[in-house]
Amino acid sequence: MAAGTPVPREPLTFAERTYLPQILGGLKTTWRHLVTPKTTLEYPEQRPALPPGYRGVPTLVRDPHGREKCVSCQLCEFVCPPKAIRITPGAIPADAPTAHVEKAPQEFEIDMLRCIYCGMCQEVCPEEAIWLQNRYSTTGYTREEMVNNKARLYELGGTLPDEHLKWDRKKAAETAGNDRH
Amino acid sequence: MSASPKPDLITVNVDGRDVAVPKGTNVIEAARLVGVDVPYYCYHPKLSISGNCRMCLVEIGMPAVDPATKAPIVDPGTGKQRINWIPRPQIGCATTASPGLHVRTNTAQIKECREGVMEFLLVNHPLDCPICDQAGECKLQEQATGYGRGYSRYIEAKNVKPKRTQLGPRVMLDDERCILCSRCIRFCKEVAKDDVLGFIDRGSYSTLTCYPGRQLTNNYSLNTVDICPVGALTSTDFRFKMRVWFLKQTDSIDPESSVGANTVVWSREGVVYRITPRRNDEVNDTWMADSGRELYKQNRAPDRLMVARVEGQDSTPAAALAAAADLLKPAAGAVAVVGSGRSSIEEQFVTRRMANALGAGAFLVGRSDPGDGLLISADRNPNVRGALVTGLVTNLPSERLTQLGEWIDEGKVRCVVSVGEDLLAAGLTEAQLARVAVVYLGTHANATSAIARIVVPTFTVLERTGSFVNQQFRLQKFFQAVPGPAGAIDDLTALTRLLSSVEGEYFPPEPAAIWPEMARAIDVLQGITFAGIPATGRLLDGSRWAGLPFPEGPGLHFQPAAKP
Ligand code: SF4
Ligand code: SF4
Ligand code: SF4
Ligand code: FES
Repeated sequence: MAAGTPVPREPLTFAERTYLPQILGGLKTTWRHLVTPKTTLEYPEQRPALPPGYRGVPTLVRDPHGREKCVSCQLCEFVCPPKAIRITPGAIPADAPTAHVEKAPQEFEIDMLRCIYCGMCQEVCPEEAIWLQNRYSTTGYTREEMVNNKARLYELGGTLPDEHLKWDRKKAAETAGNDRH
Repeated sequence: MSASPKPDLITVNVDGRDVAVPKGTNVIEAARLVGVDVPYYCYHPKLSISGNCRMCLVEIGMPAVDPATKAPIVDPGTGKQRINWIPRPQIGCATTASPGLHVRTNTAQIKECREGVMEFLLVNHPLDCPICDQAGECKLQEQATGYGRGYSRYIEAKNVKPKRTQLGPRVMLDDERCILCSRCIRFCKEVAKDDVLGFIDRGSYSTLTCYPGRQLTNNYSLNTVDICPVGALTSTDFRFKMRVWFLKQTDSIDPESSVGANTVVWSREGVVYRITPRRNDEVNDTWMADSGRELYKQNRAPDRLMVARVEGQDSTPAAALAAAADLLKPAAGAVAVVGSGRSSIEEQFVTRRMANALGAGAFLVGRSDPGDGLLISADRNPNVRGALVTGLVTNLPSERLTQLGEWIDEGKVRCVVSVGEDLLAAGLTEAQLARVAVVYLGTHANATSAIARIVVPTFTVLERTGSFVNQQFRLQKFFQAVPGPAGAIDDLTALTRLLSSVEGEYFPPEPAAIWPEMARAIDVLQGITFAGIPATGRLLDGSRWAGLPFPEGPGLHFQPAAKP
């Protein structure tokens, strides 16, 4: 290795050698905190207010009519950088009320030991079915507990408003048929 | 314009570059040769041209000549012969290359044409890619991205068509996604010779349907799913099982019959999801039979042998092979080996060497059923010719092991090694088998595995690497797509181990490592290495066996030798 050029050390001034300005500067900060309002939270009794757009645990959501929005397209499984998502796709039975959607996950697992909360799954989802919501703390005693399955993901996700209801519109169009024929 | 380099080649110019193409090539293929992509939907290299999608529009021109003198007209500006461009674009699929033809694919007019065609194709398209199995291998997706406008101007209500029509037992139709390219119709008519599909209604209401009262049931129906450029036709078996972008592709061979259709095996994490044809213009074009696509189900069939057995006790493959060697060695001279026409040529070679080492007679079980004249031949063993080439047998196998039965009755044979063949089904009686010790190496349980002294579970063709020799004497490779079950062992490993422990030679259990010895020992294989076999196979000289009464009839790219 090439020897570095030594940096000359400036001699300390008299004030610096007394250390007093530094001590006073430090005490100023201490005194300021003594009088400003407390910011420490008594977690977990107290919880922080989360900013909008916070990326917590990814969840699956239903539309306002209770339909599961995920169609198991597996794009999130593909995009997920740490490969936390595992989907078993499946067909919706022909006699189900949502038979026109054709496809839904049979099983959907997100391994929270792998998830890095990046939000790519939410970004890629063409059905707005997977959302990183406000839950940020997941705990468990075993590895299995740290894998959220489909039932758990819907429990965590709940219902989110849907402005498009595209599948309802699709069904209405199918029922109405073509204009003229 | 340079002169044609060879009599059967003509020179055309694509986007300013000259290329020599065989006579009869169309503009799409000619452009492909210079690396220019002409997008298309309805064109298929193995079907007739119908020219209905209009995606392949290109500008066409011919060098100008003086009508009276036929002398080239030279453009004074450039000093080159002037090109007379046809003012309107032409479809490339139906334009056959002629000498001097000029093609432009990169002009503003063509860009606009493609945008326009894409826009019309997407007008009534349901845009349900998230639930469409074709997503990821869809021409509509790819070309909308590559050549489309990128946004929609359409605000009117889209047409409604039947979304879930079962066309046949294996094919599902979504008419809203159909772009009316008619590839499936032409396939059924021209290749499968089962003209069941057609369009009804007109204009944007045109709908693909089966003839009333008919179904798409033929054994080639799934090829329509492969060639459908969009997700209109989907396979009921593969439907909603897995996204194609997760699947690993491995080259393989259809082991159904001696045709040896080239295939691709699609798997993810050790599970096979589907099998599709691989193009080989000398064997199967771009087609394969439906029955061959279902063979992956055997990998996880409930009757799959998963654990080795010695005298009825569970064991490991290694221990079972050691026990087999202990059984066979003292019996040398009174052993029979029933090889398999389903083994690879490498396995058959090792089987032959093992029979030699044991002084054993070698047999093969024939398997025949009428062929379909296309891609399933009458010989339902994929590799009988491999057994001839390796000298495992010298004659065509019969379906019944009559000779072996006689030997057992005479007490000449005390041990039988069966490579996956059910000896009872092949004509031996239970009484005969009770007199011999049976060593069974196979993938699935059957009557023979049930009574065998030693059972060694082995791998299916999707779990092995090797090569088959098809009815044309074409040597074709297949590769391991997925690992075999934990309790089973690769056939080649089992056979080489057995061979070395009965004091035969030692071969490393790798096809590539066995080939040097095979190429040395077998004259028709001289100079061949495993790595050197091309993906589309290599023809062997089969003239020595030309006199044998092979059962195959005519099929795609196959004419049986004239019977003497
Ligand atoms: S947030 Fe990121 S890491 Fe977590 S599941 Fe989604 S894509 Fe995967
Ligand atoms: S959550 Fe969204 S991206 Fe993931 S499979 Fe379901 S629909 Fe597709
Ligand atoms: S179903 Fe597919 S192959 Fe058949 S006409 Fe429609 S788009 Fe073409
Ligand atoms: S590919 Fe030429 S018109 Fe369809």
